[in-house]
Amino acid sequence: MIKVEGLTKRYARNVAVDHISFEVEKGQIVGFLGPNGAGKTTTMRMLTCFMPPTEGSAQVAGFDIRENPMEVKRRIGYLPESPPVYPEMEVIEYLDFVGRIKGVPKANLRSRIDEVMQKTAIADVRNKEIGKLSKGYRQRVGLAQAILHNPDVLILDEPTSGLDPHQIIETRDLIKGLAGDHTIILSTHILPEVEAMCQRVMIINRGKLVATDTMENLSSRLHGAETVAVEVLSRDGVFTPEWVATVREKLEKVTGVTRVIAKDSKDSRARFTVESQKESHVRPELARAVIESGWQLNELHGMGLSLEEIFLELTASRDGSTTEPAPQAAAEEAQ
Amino acid sequence: MNTFTIARKELSSYFRSPIAYGVMCFFALITGFFFYSAVRFFLQQSLQATMMGQSVPLNVNEWVVRNVLNNMSVIGLFIIPMITMRLFAEEKRTGTIELLVTSPLRDFEIILGKWLAAFVLYLAILGTSVLNMLVLFAYGNPDWRPMAVGYLGLILQGGCLLAIGTFISGTTRNQIVAGVATFGVCLLLWVLDWVSQFESSKLFSVISYLSVTSHFESFMRGVLDSKDVVYYLSMIVFGLFLTARSMESIRWRA
Repeated sequence: MIKVEGLTKRYARNVAVDHISFEVEKGQIVGFLGPNGAGKTTTMRMLTCFMPPTEGSAQVAGFDIRENPMEVKRRIGYLPESPPVYPEMEVIEYLDFVGRIKGVPKANLRSRIDEVMQKTAIADVRNKEIGKLSKGYRQRVGLAQAILHNPDVLILDEPTSGLDPHQIIETRDLIKGLAGDHTIILSTHILPEVEAMCQRVMIINRGKLVATDTMENLSSRLHGAETVAVEVLSRDGVFTPEWVATVREKLEKVTGVTRVIAKDSKDSRARFTVESQKESHVRPELARAVIESGWQLNELHGMGLSLEEIFLELTASRDGSTTEPAPQAAAEEAQ
Repeated sequence: MNTFTIARKELSSYFRSPIAYGVMCFFALITGFFFYSAVRFFLQQSLQATMMGQSVPLNVNEWVVRNVLNNMSVIGLFIIPMITMRLFAEEKRTGTIELLVTSPLRDFEIILGKWLAAFVLYLAILGTSVLNMLVLFAYGNPDWRPMAVGYLGLILQGGCLLAIGTFISGTTRNQIVAGVATFGVCLLLWVLDWVSQFESSKLFSVISYLSVTSHFESFMRGVLDSKDVVYYLSMIVFGLFLTARSMESIRWRA
């Protein structure tokens, strides 16, 4: 349904989207995961023909976004990050306007509007001014706008941002209900959201697609391991790269440890992120290994798997290097 | 078709905010004042003329209508920025421009629709002044033809300035900036005419030709000159063309 090849958007100073390629099959919900500024919105804007790419091509429902933007636009429903509503309009009036500009045949526009209002549960506010609606309702009006012309492809940019937890669950259920009829790409920087809704996830970072995987694989990667942060001080103040390497080796030898990632060390403290198999309880063993080697254990604590960790994990395992600075910087951006 | 959908939406949002009513009131009030003072002056003059024994009555068209039309064209410079400033700037600020651009609409349909809505509002505003003219018909017998030509001039001049305002609104996301810039350009196009008073070299006559007001003069005198009609029409097309260009460039840069 969607086929993207080497899509690139370059601005004067930076590259917002860097040679992204992926495919989405019909009826799938795909999550676009990444920190703010990773290039999610830019990619979506290119797919919706809001802006053309600098390089590369993309096909939506068989039409090229450069050659046939009109056909693409007819087949895409798009919900930008802030719902594109006119505050002074009434809901029904707004949907009527959208229906007209999207080319919904006049004869069934009325019934289509009713259907969509039912689906998005906004029928009770049909005659209210959009500006007076709550954020949750406004978001749903935005969603109604996106599905009004029954598009093949739905592109939703952070559909749950700014909603309260209750509204988030409602919106998620609504989106899940739309799958099947529509192929959906949604973007988010919240991980559980992807878990709750998507079959596939694409992780984008600094304009690059760093991982694309099914939800099951990602979950097992996430939950299959325990991560521990370790900070070690050498007793006699010696701090050399060789010593750091020795510590690392030592930690790697502890049973249950799968991987040791050296973090930036400073003030003669060596810092590591240690990953271990699930339920192997490596923490006491790690402590013992450090103490028995005659070093000081400065810190030892378990880490929850935050989005930043996943980025670290996924980018690191892909590039083969463990101390690549880019994902770390991106993780800081995300905070 | 899509053009009319856009135009209808724009018009309804004009009349839903206080802008349309405010501008209309403002215009009606000022025009009414100018009309009143022109009529008073006219009465005074004709009284004097009669007392001095002049047998031919003074021309209402010449003394009142031309005067009021001229004033209205100047007031137009003030109200046009108020009409056009929100057209694109507002959509860009709230992000609704994304809806328009990602809908199967052509750029010119969006632009023409917006300009058309502004134009219709402008016509409605001009319409308030017709009341004054009807008073003239009720108590005197002015010639309607030069008056109609004068109104045509106002309409064309307005259309041209609205096109320029539409373009300027499309270059910013700030309504105030759009309004102020449009006002500045309107004012500049107005005063450009003045240079011709000092010199009559080629350059100055070209500059003077660019002024919107220099083309309005013949309309005001009741003369329909094709040269001026062409000027206004081409300015409208040029303004809307610039808007289309800037919309495109924003899409490439944004």
